[in-house]
Amino acid sequence: MNPLAAIGRAVLTAAAATGSLVVFAATAVGRGLIGPWYPRLVLRQMVEIGYFSLPVVGLTAIFSGMVLALQSYTGFSRFEAESAIATIVVLSMTRELGPVLAGLMVAGRVGAAMAAEIGTMRVTEQIDALTTLSTDPLRYLVFPRLIAGLLMLPLLVLVANAIGVLGGFVVSVWKLGFQPIEYINRTFEFLEPLDVISGLVKAAVFGFIVALMGCFQGYHSKGGAQGVGAATTRAVVTASILILVANYVVTELFFAR
Amino acid sequence: MSETPRLRIRGLHKRFGVKHVLRGLDLNVAAGGSTVVIGGSGTGKSVLLKCILGILQPDEGSIQVDGQELIGAAPAVVAEARARIGMLFQGGALFDSLPVWENVAFGALARRQVERRNARALAVETLAKVGLGPEVADLSPAELSGGMQKRVGLARAICTRPEMLFFDEPTTGLDPIMAEVINELIVDTVRKLGATALSITHDMGSVRRIADRVAMLYDGRIVWAGPVADLDHSGNDFVDQFVNGRAVGPIRVGAAGIGSG
Repeated sequence: MNPLAAIGRAVLTAAAATGSLVVFAATAVGRGLIGPWYPRLVLRQMVEIGYFSLPVVGLTAIFSGMVLALQSYTGFSRFEAESAIATIVVLSMTRELGPVLAGLMVAGRVGAAMAAEIGTMRVTEQIDALTTLSTDPLRYLVFPRLIAGLLMLPLLVLVANAIGVLGGFVVSVWKLGFQPIEYINRTFEFLEPLDVISGLVKAAVFGFIVALMGCFQGYHSKGGAQGVGAATTRAVVTASILILVANYVVTELFFAR
Repeated sequence: MSETPRLRIRGLHKRFGVKHVLRGLDLNVAAGGSTVVIGGSGTGKSVLLKCILGILQPDEGSIQVDGQELIGAAPAVVAEARARIGMLFQGGALFDSLPVWENVAFGALARRQVERRNARALAVETLAKVGLGPEVADLSPAELSGGMQKRVGLARAICTRPEMLFFDEPTTGLDPIMAEVINELIVDTVRKLGATALSITHDMGSVRRIADRVAMLYDGRIVWAGPVADLDHSGNDFVDQFVNGRAVGPIRVGAAGIGSG
């Protein structure tokens, strides 16, 4: 087997998949903006993505904040920098952990569900049925999910940030002996609006990615149950990888000197 | 048959990669009639319907509805033609996330033929036409039996009072009694609507019950077409083998493509 041919094939496959994804996203957004709009479906997806993801994102955030405080304390105490813990916790949560962990958790929960639902609709001809009933599946199924992902993940991340900071506060005050007022003051001392804003922008990008990958993989699923299962796996894996890549890109855009 | 057929297909080709499913298919469907396309699994019957509906893009050929060419036409023209066609899918293809009444009224709501506040009443009225009571309206599709799902699918197809109705394997998966009920409903609703029907099936009982004309699809082409009365003495070896269910004959099982309809 010629290794160059294998590399060429892989590159062509990746390029075709990327092109297909970009065309899918552009078509869905383009048609969705023109309308007709489905506000009830957007609302339903917002509840699904935002409200029902709160427990899992909240749990992830609180334990991340707690462990961050604990790890920072054990590390920073080696050079007597324990006072920086509050700053470390809040900056880590708002800039990185809040959006990335929420994005990954939502990818696992919502992205998988979207791919499974739309994939099942594909293999049971429900998407074809939509078309025969004068309804564009991209407008009806995909666009509301993209909008809901884009809008709800920043809100989820705001909540996750608050819960994560609370987790750090709880460990710092009750286990590490920090003064509550001093910890709170330290938390806000070096926090800048851009730290929060960059995290929210990341969250919006991640929300779009999760919804896009869930819809794209589900929409193009083939075969029966096995095809839907494979699409669900692909949706979670590709969304997770794209979140990590996009995280670096957005960080670079905001903070590169 | 009137001079301009309601549906006229010429030289239709459709490939999926190296698999050449439709190979220059020609078909006329007369207005007001009921044509059934028969053929084995995997011969491209469902592909034919999806090409007409614009769900699949044919590679070559011509599809005309009432003389209006659809291949290469503007999306609005295709959408307008599609709006005149109701479709009953093989598995019903009911939307799981919506109750039965919203499924039935979906097309009418999408085409703004009915206000949302009146849609439930329209759905209940249409459900009655397929023999289902109002108590079904608020059920989820998952709560229905296979036969009831087919009836709801039929109600959804006729709710917008389409000029053409397509039936994809309408009796597949049903017991003989329920199959007969569905056949009867198809004949009855098509007659009452005055619609043109195009069905695909390999259920010969269904063919004899619902067809005026029959066309046999084999190897991507229509190899015979004629009145249903001629089915048993068509003089066509493909039709004879298929109708009589013989393993020996010109139809090569596994060669002409055995797979999804």
